[in-house]
Amino acid sequence: MTNEENTIVCRCSDVTLKELRDLIAEGYTDYNEIKRLTRIGMGPCQGKTCTQIVLRELSMATGKKVSEIENQKNRPPVVGVKLKLISEEAQNND
Amino acid sequence: MTKKANIVIIGGGISGCSAAYNLAKKGVKGIVVLEKSYLSSGATGRCGAGVRMQWGTEMNCKLAKQSIEFYEQANEILDYKRNVDFKQGGYLLIASTDKEMEQFAKNVKLQNSLGIPSRLLTLREAKEIVPHLNTEGLTGAAYCGKDGFLNPFKTTDAYYLAAKRLGVEFMTHTEVVDIVVKGNKIKKVVTTSGDIHTETVINAAGGYSKPICDMVGVELPVYSERHQILVTEPVEPMQDPMVMSFSLNLYCQQAPEGTFIMGRGDASEPRDLRITSSWQFLDEMAKTITQVLPPLGNLRVIRQWSGLYNMTPDKQPIYGKVDEVDGFYLAVGFSGHGFMFGPLTGIILSEMILKEKPTIDVDMLGLDRFEKGNLILEPSVV
Repeated sequence: MTNEENTIVCRCSDVTLKELRDLIAEGYTDYNEIKRLTRIGMGPCQGKTCTQIVLRELSMATGKKVSEIENQKNRPPVVGVKLKLISEEAQNND
Repeated sequence: MTKKANIVIIGGGISGCSAAYNLAKKGVKGIVVLEKSYLSSGATGRCGAGVRMQWGTEMNCKLAKQSIEFYEQANEILDYKRNVDFKQGGYLLIASTDKEMEQFAKNVKLQNSLGIPSRLLTLREAKEIVPHLNTEGLTGAAYCGKDGFLNPFKTTDAYYLAAKRLGVEFMTHTEVVDIVVKGNKIKKVVTTSGDIHTETVINAAGGYSKPICDMVGVELPVYSERHQILVTEPVEPMQDPMVMSFSLNLYCQQAPEGTFIMGRGDASEPRDLRITSSWQFLDEMAKTITQVLPPLGNLRVIRQWSGLYNMTPDKQPIYGKVDEVDGFYLAVGFSGHGFMFGPLTGIILSEMILKEKPTIDVDMLGLDRFEKGNLILEPSVV
């Protein structure tokens, strides 16, 4: 038995497996809706850890293959960058 | 698949969901909401998550004030078990010229006359509210403590669930491909999930309002402009209000999760419906923010995205009927503030369709104002 309440799915936003499964049971089977209601995939890791877990849960719930489930869009930047560094570089280029 | 509906609402953002809820609450059956992707996937979910009463036209002030008063009780009224996360940390509008300060003074006078508790601030007072504000080059500020942060996804979700309980049908991942009109009557809406026979359609398509109007031959004087935005990693609470400047093209607030959300306007942004992100925005945003709010330079940007402002010539929305087609209603042209007007948009549309006495007289916001030339320009948009 998985302890759903103590299993963290999204480490950035502290979302548990129970919260995820409850939302899916409520009828939210769209990754992008779940992302926006729970902030899964919105933290500093940008979904690098949690996405696969969510997709697998959605796959189990809907019977669709993981590859058939719409994933979140990858958005820039690839890793976090300090605004100060971007600003300094931008001014060098002006 | 063919089906029938009393009312088809195009757009699953705040406007569409609010209109659906308000109509269903008044007993209308057979309402279908069409959304081409997932709910709040368009302008609503891409916005800066801020709501404010500090506007420069009487209509915008009234729409915003009553909407915010609704949002204060949204969890209870919509019986929402999650939380729309309304945090009224205020909006601090900063001026960088004397002329801008004069405009603020005019706006505050108008706002106060409508019961909005805004006020002008000296730079010293502004710094008391946001200690890390760099006041160099600034001339003053305006502030309203009733303004603040509101979660667009959860607010839309709250309307969606309330509407669904009242029997509204939501069809997501369903795109409208055509609207069939015979004479001046709507016959059906053709979608990627089949035809829906109806006589009444609400266009609440946000950035895509014009392509929908094209389907019924209604000329709409709007364009959609890309607006970009970014979010940082979360940190401890350090900034209560949204900081906004029209002349410096900037808005920036700390969300309840601790992240900073910031964006800027740029009239040279493309108007071809693209919602990609650019490095130019990142450069300009980083330069502006490190100038105005220097400590934020230490925060890491973790994500950029963009959305569409559906711009009208006077930056006020267009509500109501059109001359060419019976039963076709507009809730479009929000010019970047459709989310904050959501509650009133739904109320206004439901009253128009059910021919009820209006809560707010929005005659001035009809499509015919552009022909007549009755424009009152909103001066306060980023």
